[in-house]
Amino acid sequence: MRADIAVLGAGPAGLAAAAAAHRAGARVTLVDSAPRAGGQYWRHRPGGTGPRTPPVDFRPGHAIWHVERTADGFTTHTNAGEIRSATVIVATGAYDRQLPFPGWTLPGVYTAGGAQALLKGHGVVVGDRVVVAGTGPFLLPVATALAAAGARVPGVFEAGSPLGFARHPAAVLRNPAKLAEGAGYVRTLRRHRIRVHTGQTVVAAHGGDRLEAVTVAKLDAAWRVVAERDIECDALAVGYGFTPQLEIPLQLGCDTHLDADGSLVATADDEQRASVAGVYLAGEVCGVGGAQLSLVEGEIAGRHAAGGAPGGKLLRRRAALRRFAAAMHRTYPVRPGWQTWLDDDTVVCRCEEVPVGEVRRAVSELGASEPRAVKLLVRPGMGLCQGRVCGYATACLTGPLTAAGLRGLAARPIAQPITLAALAEQQLEEP
Amino acid sequence: MIGAGMVGAACAYYCAEAGLRVGVVDRGAVAGGTTSAGEGNILVSDKEPGPELDLALLSVGLWTELGERLGDRIELHAKGGVVVARTPDAAAGLDTLIGRQRACGIDVTRVGASGLAELEPELTPDVAGGAYYPQDMQVQPMLAAAELLRHARAKGASVRTGTDVLGIRRDTSGAVAGVRTDRGDMAARWVVNAAGTWGGEVAAMAAAPVPVLPRRGFILVTEPLPPLILHKVYTADYVANVASDDAGLETSVVVEGTRAGTVLIGASRERVGFDRSLALPVLGRLAAQAVGLFPFLAEVNVLRSYLGFRPYCPDHLPVIGPDPRVPGLVHACGHEGAGIGLAAATGHLIAQVLTGVKPDLDLTPFRPGRFEAAA
Amino acid sequence: MRFSFAGKEISAEAGQSVGAALIAAGYPAWRTTRHAGAPRGVFCGIGVCFDCLVVVNGRPNQRACLTEVRGGDEVEPQEGTGRAR
Repeated sequence: MRADIAVLGAGPAGLAAAAAAHRAGARVTLVDSAPRAGGQYWRHRPGGTGPRTPPVDFRPGHAIWHVERTADGFTTHTNAGEIRSATVIVATGAYDRQLPFPGWTLPGVYTAGGAQALLKGHGVVVGDRVVVAGTGPFLLPVATALAAAGARVPGVFEAGSPLGFARHPAAVLRNPAKLAEGAGYVRTLRRHRIRVHTGQTVVAAHGGDRLEAVTVAKLDAAWRVVAERDIECDALAVGYGFTPQLEIPLQLGCDTHLDADGSLVATADDEQRASVAGVYLAGEVCGVGGAQLSLVEGEIAGRHAAGGAPGGKLLRRRAALRRFAAAMHRTYPVRPGWQTWLDDDTVVCRCEEVPVGEVRRAVSELGASEPRAVKLLVRPGMGLCQGRVCGYATACLTGPLTAAGLRGLAARPIAQPITLAALAEQQLEEP
Repeated sequence: MIGAGMVGAACAYYCAEAGLRVGVVDRGAVAGGTTSAGEGNILVSDKEPGPELDLALLSVGLWTELGERLGDRIELHAKGGVVVARTPDAAAGLDTLIGRQRACGIDVTRVGASGLAELEPELTPDVAGGAYYPQDMQVQPMLAAAELLRHARAKGASVRTGTDVLGIRRDTSGAVAGVRTDRGDMAARWVVNAAGTWGGEVAAMAAAPVPVLPRRGFILVTEPLPPLILHKVYTADYVANVASDDAGLETSVVVEGTRAGTVLIGASRERVGFDRSLALPVLGRLAAQAVGLFPFLAEVNVLRSYLGFRPYCPDHLPVIGPDPRVPGLVHACGHEGAGIGLAAATGHLIAQVLTGVKPDLDLTPFRPGRFEAAA
Repeated sequence: MRFSFAGKEISAEAGQSVGAALIAAGYPAWRTTRHAGAPRGVFCGIGVCFDCLVVVNGRPNQRACLTEVRGGDEVEPQEGTGRAR
């Protein structure tokens, strides 16, 4: 059966889109690779409290490897079958953005989102003494949750100096709920006697076969190291913002641009439409902005995709949340000094074990003038993750960030591994 | 040199070695076009006797020299090729080809089913016969292009990537005087059109058209594996498809391992212009054919796929040599799917032409004017 | 529920991933890389990074963070490509 609308991703944006489209009378299929709805934000354990899932055709456990444009719509290819639809709403979210540093491949170093996912989704605390570091407001809920679950958190190290947030009072005042949320985390951290150190971060991890300590550095405004000290720990949760999952928009040929946070994002118009007819975008894929913005964009996308129109209140709320997101991006930028933390033998690409020195050699000796050329010459991004983890760092190490440069590392025509036997079935199913 | 792909890089290398002052210009990056979309083939096995085979044989010798000089940096691997005939008919056809290739100096051994199993233990036992070509090699083409350009730079060449050629400058006599780019003019006595699939555009800019057209191909890349596929392995119908004039889809499976551990699976051929969209039925067919040749691949994951556009001319021969219509314009394009392998000979011959040395090969079959007579 | 890891019995809760259960059992790493032979375990925890590869019931390159434990699973550490030469 063919759906009117396939909503790809069942996090906040996808759930809101599916619910709105369903209310407007559309036949909706909601697809997600995870066994339960919720995405990263509402990740929960089986039987735990999850989000309300709208009464639509929900297909959990469907990992999408390719979305194809057809004569009358789209075919979404997953590891568990195909979904045909007239329209697609892409709500595939984002994952933690990483900066490489010496020792970051040691077991015990986790992405901030990974530590959170293990806790929320599986009830596992990643360590006894867990350092939290990186930049951005997401570090606070991660530290809070770890502490509440019994981990000792020797500190939260925020590389930025988010006092700058005070410079955007208008954006903050329109979003009092966001402020209250932040204040809640701060209270919890205080209760657990956890300090948030700004202008500091982890610049090296140490250990033999597993993490034993990290070097925390005080940074100058450009993020160069001013002073260092070591802290013993058995786990580190680290993240520097988020990278939107753009596989599907890029497979469909959607326009992209560079967002204020240095991420490649798919370009959406006021109705959440992508540049390709029949494709809508909601949530982090069109700009990292948090769960509240994702919900609003999802609802707007769902209503438009179902032929309706959202009210002015919703549009005003989106505008306010986007201003807030833009203020956050200005407050928590990644500064170029992180490149001075690296040795030539620091691994950039974890899959192919490509060291920084090789990336630099590709640029200086082999004339690689753009990130894709670096990838083709010395292999960062050629491994199983297809550059999802090292793409941003590789692009930064090549030269100034551009949308075209990031795009050269983000195209993944086959988004998930698929066996040759499964791929071979494609030839038979075509008319 | 217009084009910083494999052919442009080889031209730059041999010209710089010959003492010429060389400037390379490319609108993209080093090795960013068709060079980055193939397997890095240096083959004699897939060539019918004729001018292309002569070029290939010259090139194999030059690549061997390059391999000795550049060592491991270009990942040149003299792995040899294995051609598999799945049916008695294909085996008979292969036998005929082998005889003719031998007469032209190709080193080739006929192999039976047990010989194939020895060469490729994972190969399907369902085979009628085959052949082994020890001269076939593989190179990492992007590294090879970048390394040759690095050597050319060391000899004084300049390489300007991200620079778009807007026009060919001519002097009052009508001879080439250089190129006009979006980053200023470059003066030159010779302009070499090494623009690959886009060589037709460059030729048109110089008002000396050559018919170079795109022939799309997809490649599948598997997850990294131990070395289970030891040679370049393909089915006997590959040779027929390479030379085919059919505009529709043709696939004849080519499977080989790489230094990185991934297995590359080609090769499809379609004339669909510059359409970059993924064609799942094509990928499906390649996957099915690869599993047919190597059954263990069925449970192996595909990691990614990529596509490229081979530059082909109507007679499937490249265009190499000076263009009498525009003094100073020299072509080195249209190598179809063999550009990596033929690049060394092409660069070597172009350097000979530009320095007034008699070329090692007669360039008449590759002359740019040959299409006009037919039109 | 229980599964085996390198021959040892490990217990897991329903819905837990292989990776989560191994971390809870005190194993921060269970694979070695192809080139350096360096130890790796979970990094991203959500199926993005492919660092937590593990052999599950004879199948290599499974993401431990995504693979839900089924009782009786035989899980083995993964060395390099996870396949015999």
